[in-house]
Amino acid sequence: MKRLLWITGALAALALLQWGCSAILLDGPIRQGPYYYQIMILAGINIVLAVSLNLTNGITGQFSIGHAGFFAVGAYVAASVSYYGGPGIRAATAFLPAVGQDTVVLLLALAAAGLAAALAGLLVGIPSLRLRGDYLAIVTLGFGEIIRVVILNVDAVGGARGFVGIPKLSNFFWVYLLVTACVVTVWNVVRSSYGRAFIAIRENEIAAQAMGIDVTRHKVMAFVIGAVFAGMAGCLFGHYTMYLHTNSFTFVKSFEIIIMVAIGGLGSIEGAVLGAIFLTVLPEAFRGFEGYRMIIYSLALILIMIFRPQGMLGQASLFGKKSKGKRK
Amino acid sequence: MTALLELKDAMIRFGGLVAVKDLNFSVNEGELFGLIGPNGAGKTTVFNLITGVYAPTSGTILFDGKPVQGRKPHQICGAGIARTFQNIRLFPDMTVLENVMVSRHMRKTQGLAGAVLRSAAFLREEAEFRTDAMRLLELFQMEKFADEHASNLPYGSQRRLEIARALATKPRLLLLDEPAAGMNPQESADLMRLIRRLRDEFKVSILLVEHNMKVVMGVCERIQVLVHGEGIAVGEPAAIRKDPRVIEAYLGKE
Repeated sequence: MKRLLWITGALAALALLQWGCSAILLDGPIRQGPYYYQIMILAGINIVLAVSLNLTNGITGQFSIGHAGFFAVGAYVAASVSYYGGPGIRAATAFLPAVGQDTVVLLLALAAAGLAAALAGLLVGIPSLRLRGDYLAIVTLGFGEIIRVVILNVDAVGGARGFVGIPKLSNFFWVYLLVTACVVTVWNVVRSSYGRAFIAIRENEIAAQAMGIDVTRHKVMAFVIGAVFAGMAGCLFGHYTMYLHTNSFTFVKSFEIIIMVAIGGLGSIEGAVLGAIFLTVLPEAFRGFEGYRMIIYSLALILIMIFRPQGMLGQASLFGKKSKGKRK
Repeated sequence: MTALLELKDAMIRFGGLVAVKDLNFSVNEGELFGLIGPNGAGKTTVFNLITGVYAPTSGTILFDGKPVQGRKPHQICGAGIARTFQNIRLFPDMTVLENVMVSRHMRKTQGLAGAVLRSAAFLREEAEFRTDAMRLLELFQMEKFADEHASNLPYGSQRRLEIARALATKPRLLLLDEPAAGMNPQESADLMRLIRRLRDEFKVSILLVEHNMKVVMGVCERIQVLVHGEGIAVGEPAAIRKDPRVIEAYLGKE
């Protein structure tokens, strides 16, 4: 009952924010309104990517650098669902108002994106998560590139021309609904028996195994949960930009997500959120420097890593019980 | 008494090196059994064979009458064999309480959905894990460290925490790999009392590898001596102490 109240409250708050944002930023008097709105959307998508990758890289300690691959799978599968299946779905739900039809199409696309990314996660995870450290990193890197090159050669999704004509179905409301779902899910998983098993694997794999934890199974589990959210983020990304090109999903994107997690503090959920916002806003904030923008951006990253190698938050938690012991 | 663990002609070869050769011994239900031998005799390898870290090249390992050789470590732990490690392997960045709670994960009944939705059954189970782990810590007089990071514990307490964590898996057989290593005489005496108490209170059989002869002779009811991967003698402590083959292995011939 209390939980239902929370969910309704969150939905109402998001709807209110969506209405406020579009009234003030999109249709309002602020000249750069749409620009700020777009930054907020991209920050939200990056939060989902960083928090979900953190489950694999930070919590379970398996260094994956193929997250952009799952992002791409979700984006293209979802876009195909609404592009090719959209008219059919709308016809089947003609009794609903336009908003209702949009919602049905987007929810189906989201489900397809999550499912496809989960399958991709299983496919990559089962063989590769038996590997350790650098080997796993290389395999996941390879996977991400394979996905990108395959998409590049599928003509039905635009190939090298890019996927044009995706309906604009996602907005602030949907992006931040996914952000909430992702953060709550990862938060609750980490603070459960599963989370302890994941952390135990990171801390000492041999001991975790000797205490009865099926190590491969749990690594794959963390990997797949992360992939599902990355896929759904891809869905909302495509349905916001209305255009997809494989250039958005190169390994540079994977590294960007890793930097978000590392800058925030490996293993810290709040850190991943902060890191994602920071890395979305930072390059924009330096626009005034024009040609020197990327140099200053890179310098800022280097300085952060020199002065706070454990990330902005380290492993500290902003909320909840803190350990009395000192953190390493 | 029935044999809980039985090794039959267990053998493992690493390339040209036969680390354990045709080893036969059995540990009975409720027994305190010692495994001793000079450095490099293959004691830890025997532990790794029993717990599934290595699969034997040949031979069988029976636990409770069923073969367990070649099964994965987590399956063997699930079957009821838990262990500690010679070089401590705690989860350093987790709290002491969480270290113990990890051991209950394999016996959980609630799935991921319950954890995400915080269902009543999930919360009940979490609370149960917590109280169980806390009770175990109290038994080891470590409850005041419950929220401390495991890496902050003094050495002796880390060893005790490893035993507590192994016991939390509810084993029928507990394997202790040099539990007294690095302990002073006072701590070893406490450890001996603890080992006897565990056997009596938890009804576990204990298989112990140890170099500290005072501990082995003081606590074990039977001892198997291992030299160069071969079992050379088995028997009660008094008999082992006098056995000429054992004396020769440790001290050399006159």
